Amino acid sequence: MAAPVPAQVVPAHTTLPLLIITGVRAVDPAQRLDAVVDVVMEGGSISRIGRGAATQDLLQSEQAMVVRGDGLLLLPAFIDMHAHLREPGQEYKEDIASGLAAAAAGGFAHVCAMPNTRPVNDTRAVTEAMIARARSVGGPALHPIGAITVGQRGQELTEMADLKEAGAVGVSDDGRCVTSSAVMRRALEYASTFDLAVIQHAEDHALTEGAQMHEGAISTRLGLRGWPRVAEDIIVARDVLLAEATGARYHVAHVSSLGAVRILREAKSRGISVTAEVTPHHLTLTDEAVIGYDAVCKVNPPLREQADVDALREALADGTIDVIATDHAPHSSLEKDCEFVEASPGMLGLELVVPVLLGLVRAGNLPLGRVVDALTRAPARVVGLDAPTLAQGARAELCLVDPEHRYRLDPSRLRSKSRNTPLLGRELCGQVCLTMAGGRIVFVDPLIEAQRSAPQAPGGAGS
Amino acid sequence: MRRVFQRRHLLGIEGMSGAEIVAILDAAESFFDVSRRSVRKVPTLRGKTVINLFFEASTRTRTSFELAGKRLSADVINISPSTSSTTKGEGLLDTVQNLQAMQPDVLVIRHGASGALHHVAPRVRAAVVNAGDGMHEHPTQALLDAFTIRRQKGKVEGLTVTICGDILHSRVARSNVHLLKALGAQVRLAGPRTLLPAAAASLGAEVFHRLEPALEGADVVMMLRIQRERLQGAFLPTSREYSRVFGLNAARLRLARPDAMVMHPGPVNRGVEIDPAVADGEQSVILDQVEAGVAVRMAVLWMLAAEPSEAPPAAG
Repeated sequence: MAAPVPAQVVPAHTTLPLLIITGVRAVDPAQRLDAVVDVVMEGGSISRIGRGAATQDLLQSEQAMVVRGDGLLLLPAFIDMHAHLREPGQEYKEDIASGLAAAAAGGFAHVCAMPNTRPVNDTRAVTEAMIARARSVGGPALHPIGAITVGQRGQELTEMADLKEAGAVGVSDDGRCVTSSAVMRRALEYASTFDLAVIQHAEDHALTEGAQMHEGAISTRLGLRGWPRVAEDIIVARDVLLAEATGARYHVAHVSSLGAVRILREAKSRGISVTAEVTPHHLTLTDEAVIGYDAVCKVNPPLREQADVDALREALADGTIDVIATDHAPHSSLEKDCEFVEASPGMLGLELVVPVLLGLVRAGNLPLGRVVDALTRAPARVVGLDAPTLAQGARAELCLVDPEHRYRLDPSRLRSKSRNTPLLGRELCGQVCLTMAGGRIVFVDPLIEAQRSAPQAPGGAGS
Repeated sequence: MRRVFQRRHLLGIEGMSGAEIVAILDAAESFFDVSRRSVRKVPTLRGKTVINLFFEASTRTRTSFELAGKRLSADVINISPSTSSTTKGEGLLDTVQNLQAMQPDVLVIRHGASGALHHVAPRVRAAVVNAGDGMHEHPTQALLDAFTIRRQKGKVEGLTVTICGDILHSRVARSNVHLLKALGAQVRLAGPRTLLPAAAASLGAEVFHRLEPALEGADVVMMLRIQRERLQGAFLPTSREYSRVFGLNAARLRLARPDAMVMHPGPVNRGVEIDPAVADGEQSVILDQVEAGVAVRMAVLWMLAAEPSEAPPAAG
């Protein structure tokens, strides 16, 4: 893949008058679709989809840009309902432009930005500023999540009506747990007044003081303070009861423990309005990754044991866990290249979703349709967005994936400003080639596209 | 014996083979007598520089490393940066890289963060010796404990060693469990559940929640210091109750073998984890441990820093 890059075949950030993808395996659970089809997009919308949809007339049109889709996957573009884009305040780690570029490269058309910025997004002004910044950047759409409490301090509620009017799609104090039962109850009641989901970072801080990693055999060996599962389970259990009592919509961020899974399953079976998300890293890594004290593997909640990983996969497969969200948490070397106890928790996610999750699909752990649903319809329901879909007439929000492309993850590949992922230098399989958001191309992988595309220039006739 | 120990650093006991450990103990035997001569110095590390970098307060360990280096004729520097200045300002890695630029041969480091040395060791040319990292390991303490046991019992293999106290926060306990297991001893860990790690048994030791059964038939009894701050974190109600239930006194010691050795890595909280009469009694080897520390640290410095031509002095 080190060959010189020919002129980009598909220019990014454009709406092509006529874009045709031929013979591609399209998977869209919303349409119960999993078939090899042609897809024709005109003016940023899907005008035709189906076998033979790309007629000779269309293919020979002067304006047609044709991409051969054989061997590729076409999916609705993803929604990440949990990312940290660090702007305003910590732009040396990430900013809205680099974060959205990373999202586009990962196949996302929508990104929800968590409010633990500096200042905290607890007001209309910050929400509006973030959205304005994202619009000026272009690319995937940004949807801020507002704070539940002022300054994420867990005390006074934010102006949620204002936040929602400004464009916030949910509320969360992510990074901090709403510890007080009284505040959480009021938050659920108040947020539900405006149909905002309350997204809880479930961690009983009293049980995790100084905690560095999952409490278990590895923490015992490494002499690192443990973060016990029960600190998550206690909060999820309490919140489920509060959600039941208030009838409000409750969502658990980054579920990591098998105990929390059990509580969620029971809550759903009783019809309580609760949803949950899991991260790709909690689905694939265990606390053994921390051996050697590599701070890149420090995340919150921590990587747990294989039994938890198995429970999370099972819960995602059976719908107990609804959503896959990245918890994309960029940090610079200042926060990561240091003693483990000094390091900030978090790892990158946006650009790595496709190779990580396709690995699970390939290994038979999860059906592809369920993964796509967990990245599109399920988060759309929680945060109240229209889910990208491959239906005829829909706005083109999709990603084209080469599932067999193998490559070593070179730091220079990453669009994020940060490099904190344990996958650096690893062999990955599966690559996003093209992402469309809002009807426009927001990402195209020049190398792959150059290899794949017919030798023609934009606007040139199909052959 | 140096050929057996091929490591560049001594970061921990975990992962070391029995042969590597025995090589260090054998070398320590050779150095032991140096400290009992009238001229307590050998030329082994002439022209070598040892820096003791202690981010945590220490009297015993730092003095022991300093004497070990000086008795080997190394140039020894002691630095004790205050922890506050390093957390707010210069980081550990910066400090270590600056010291590295002055071309030391050995950096002996104590740091409050578990794994801190694992972070810096790959970035420096000097040999790094772990003098205690957080709650992780304190390898030279375990080596000097084994040295003391072996000198008195003639072997470590097959012995039953009971370690009692704050296992959860103890780097000494972790290093000792790894070392004693590598040499074939049976290890028992005893203490209230609040002071035992979540997965104590996963270390490969037998776990006891009462001291008495843990002492039965023990060849070695190792008591760990109970720190005052454990009373604040709701780990323990009172030192009185701890002493009453887990303190080693003469009556309890009789449950162990009659020739059982009583050990303590220090500093001793007399009257809390150990009765003064036992700490100073005939079975106590607490001061022998301190003496062994110098010899073991001489052996470690020799292994990591001496020119290949420098053999340890003949024992005896």
